[in-house]
Amino acid sequence: MTQQFYVSPEQLMKDRADFARKGIARGRSVVVISCEEGIALVAENPSPSLHKIGEIYDKIAFAAVGKYNEFESLRQAGVRYADVRGYSYDREDVTARGLASVYAQSLGAVFTAEQKPFEVELAVAEVGGSAADDHLYRLTFDGSIADEKRFIVMGGQADKVAETVEGGWQRELNFAGAIRLAMKGLVTDKEAGELPASALEVAVLDRASESTRGSRRAFRRLGDDEIAALLSEEN
Amino acid sequence: MQDTTANQVAANATSSFTEHLQRNRPGLLPFNQPLPAASAGSQPLQVPHATTIVSLTYGGGVLMAGDRRATMGNVIASRHIEKVFPADRYSVLGIAGTAGIAIDLTRLFQVELEHYEKIEGTLLSLEGKANRLGAMIRGNLPMAMQGLAVVPLFAGFDLPAGIGRLFSYDVTGGRYEEQEHHAVGSGSMFARGALKKLWRPGLTEDEAVAVAVEALYDAADDDSATGGPDPVRQLWPVVYTVGRTGARRIPEHDLAAVAGAIIEARTAARREA
Repeated sequence: MTQQFYVSPEQLMKDRADFARKGIARGRSVVVISCEEGIALVAENPSPSLHKIGEIYDKIAFAAVGKYNEFESLRQAGVRYADVRGYSYDREDVTARGLASVYAQSLGAVFTAEQKPFEVELAVAEVGGSAADDHLYRLTFDGSIADEKRFIVMGGQADKVAETVEGGWQRELNFAGAIRLAMKGLVTDKEAGELPASALEVAVLDRASESTRGSRRAFRRLGDDEIAALLSEEN
Repeated sequence: MQDTTANQVAANATSSFTEHLQRNRPGLLPFNQPLPAASAGSQPLQVPHATTIVSLTYGGGVLMAGDRRATMGNVIASRHIEKVFPADRYSVLGIAGTAGIAIDLTRLFQVELEHYEKIEGTLLSLEGKANRLGAMIRGNLPMAMQGLAVVPLFAGFDLPAGIGRLFSYDVTGGRYEEQEHHAVGSGSMFARGALKKLWRPGLTEDEAVAVAVEALYDAADDDSATGGPDPVRQLWPVVYTVGRTGARRIPEHDLAAVAGAIIEARTAARREA
């Protein structure tokens, strides 16, 4: 009969956390910036169809780094949660806070109960009437949840990217400015001075979608042409 | 089929919101509710009924219009009800029949289309949308048998083909593509008669709006359950057009002008009909 070795709970949790951190550090970064016009979500992602950024509900978007299959299942679960809630109560009753807490609970449950933790880090963003009403939540693999202000950076080189974004962030940034700043952050650790539009995945949560586009759905994915135009725009 | 993890994952992968509700929250569906059996000889349930919807194609797409009346037996239940809704960016839906169930079905259908779009990252094809709506109407069949029927009319812009198309349904969920124009609801036969005379190929959007409003005027003239334009309360039909750029609601003041012109022309003609 084989004897099970005793592993202290501290060691077990530390091993799991290290495992998850390693997985996340391999990925490319994602930047979420709250600005004057709304919230810009920018990811380095060469694939035009396997998204790291997604729409959850009218004012809520999702961004993730890590393993695709894991965050994709979380994104779909989030869409289902939001749609069921909005259908059974009202569209107004779907909030980023509610969604983030569901994500935190499921990530926490997987971290403690499953064979291996999810190797993902998520951001849930909700655009409000003004920049002060925006909500940015960061969720990590162990189910911890943090309420962030101004911006979130996740992924491999998060610290370096965050430093650059921190330095350039202003309340008055428009989408073009925010996307340029995110891009400046994403290239910090690279030889090349900039990334081509095709290597970026960009979406925005438009603060004024009702008045400008006549749509309560604030989420809009930007095409390569639009990204290139915004990046080349002068300040 | 073996009950492996892969099979389970594949079986649970659905892009349909209705399927998700059926599996996890069946109580939220507007249909599938067990109803007490109707006792023999009892009065049919008195609930608000939505009435006439007309739809017609025009040069740039397709248009749908509905009057503003709901009736409950001989009583007007509502003068303000809206029965034409945008289903998503490129399609609209009009409902006739039991108003309470129809409005919930519409909400479910709107979420269904948006849900698919968010999960899959692309829009459902127009045929796909029409089929989903048919399945929902079939789901409501048990309630339709008890007198709570819903009959929708569905119209949308087919982006790959570049044309507006419209679909009618029966209570069993049968889906029929209609050519040129169609109407459903209690006043539909009068509206259809009017459409036959007023519609012609290649209408402009403005002409199409005028045709739809006039068809509803004729329906209201002969059907007591259909409401005509109401200049006293400033109530006009709800009209949506769907073209290449998406669905658009025709503003109230445009409809007021169109309805005003029809009333004026009919008054000036001094004829019975």
